[in-house]
Amino acid sequence: MRTDAGTERLLRDLAPQVLGAVVRRYGHFDAAEDAVQEALLAAATQWPAQGVPDRPRGWLITVASRRLTDQLRSDEARRRREAAAVMAEPAGPTTVMPDDERASGQDDTLTLLFLCCHPELTPASQLALTLRAVGGLTTGEIARAFLVPESTMAQRISRAKQRIAAAGARFTAPPAGEWAGRLRVVLHVLYLMFNEGYAATSGGETSRPELTAEAIRLTRAVHRLLPDDGEVAGLLALMLLTEARRPARCEPGGALVPLAEQDRARWDRKQIDEGLALVTGALTTAPLGPYQVQGAIAAVHAEAATAAETDWPQILALYNLLERITPSPVVTLNRAVAVAMVHGPGAALDLLAALEADDRMAGHHRLAAVRAHCHELGGDRDAAAAEYRAAARTATSLPERRYLEARAARLARTGGPARAAGTAGITGAAGSP
Amino acid sequence: MKYLLMIYQNPATWQAMPESEKKAFMSQAGAIVDELIASGEWVGGEGLADPSTAASVRVRDGVPAVTDGPFAEAKEQVVGYCIVDCESRDRAIEIAIRWPDARRWGMEVRPILSPDGVEM
Repeated sequence: MRTDAGTERLLRDLAPQVLGAVVRRYGHFDAAEDAVQEALLAAATQWPAQGVPDRPRGWLITVASRRLTDQLRSDEARRRREAAAVMAEPAGPTTVMPDDERASGQDDTLTLLFLCCHPELTPASQLALTLRAVGGLTTGEIARAFLVPESTMAQRISRAKQRIAAAGARFTAPPAGEWAGRLRVVLHVLYLMFNEGYAATSGGETSRPELTAEAIRLTRAVHRLLPDDGEVAGLLALMLLTEARRPARCEPGGALVPLAEQDRARWDRKQIDEGLALVTGALTTAPLGPYQVQGAIAAVHAEAATAAETDWPQILALYNLLERITPSPVVTLNRAVAVAMVHGPGAALDLLAALEADDRMAGHHRLAAVRAHCHELGGDRDAAAAEYRAAARTATSLPERRYLEARAARLARTGGPARAAGTAGITGAAGSP
Repeated sequence: MKYLLMIYQNPATWQAMPESEKKAFMSQAGAIVDELIASGEWVGGEGLADPSTAASVRVRDGVPAVTDGPFAEAKEQVVGYCIVDCESRDRAIEIAIRWPDARRWGMEVRPILSPDGVEM
């Protein structure tokens, strides 16, 4: 059954609040999460026909609580039968508690995020569990987003919940000493969710749920709860400024358009304005962090009316800063692109030569792609074409492979001086630390 | 990221293997599949009928040529496949290393092209 968009939005907003209330009252995160999913499903089928109840949150808490207590009671009964013990069933219907926890509903979202992004879980499990328990997506929707069978995703989610239980995690905020580190994990999961969605939008499969929208929605929620945290604001800005490019990033046939060749008139102005305001505010008031710097880099690109007007020295300065805060071969690769634009392709190729010795980067298609770009800038067409072909061979993304092959073919076909190819954002949707 | 694990065997050697050894192979493979299902990495997989039952198809100048037998004549043939969705290439290789056929014949681990991508 289809739910109208308004009901769906309401349900997704309420999902973490309802789960938080139920878990706090009864414990049993694993079973409570299943019960809330059932309540959401019941609402999705009943509300469009019968109307939204006066207190939707209370309705969902009541239904989920009833399912949960039924489940717990039948589990208990089964255990007793198995033990062949003769004992009376607990009598009477479950008392339904009033909707008295509205004030704590918002805080529950953050506590739930901490729980779903528990450090004991793999990133793939953190992502799946967050989408289900905090985002309110069904297992089927999450499976479609990641292009795996529903049974695979169901197993991944159930294993994640078992792990959380085994780790003895409680439905409480982490202690003050761990708080900042745990928030970093939450932000990383939201960042992965966004990148997963941004990459998927070139796949052209319309039935996949939009993870970029979900990531932005959840990051917005965290930003509302922690308005003074510069990294939360920086991440939200980075997402908005990247998402703004989406209308221009693909040709109608699905072929990728590099940043330098995108029709900037098609960028989403509203998202850019919001992203610029966020990043400016964060940079002036909060301690500096990697998401703010990446947001600032995206902002410099967004502010250039044409690719030629890009303030590359400013971008290079920001990458230098980013590399100091969070050194990684991926950041160095991105910095090399900026070095090529500011100091010329020779300096960039020197920087790339050092990366080849790094196991994490050697043989990666993006390293070859940046090398190709540098050779193209320097006018060495043959070397550029060879590197684009090498990059195409190692790419495991079909649209990226097609793009790299097309780039190589274009160099082989046309005469005249090589022109500037696409550049920034070369290592990931939203840049990448 | 998804990987195709191709299971190679020499069908003649397999047929000549004692029943108890075949059973051990299959139960080892079955145990790995169960583990992969439990970990949420299993996407799918099947065993294939004997390569002699294959049909190889080529169309030249619009004329189909269908021949019995596998595409390439070789002692070792693909006899089954698994698709796993896992964290890294190293993890996919680790699964292949544990697969019983790897000890006798071989496994091939190939990344599956993703339809997703990011502009550069």
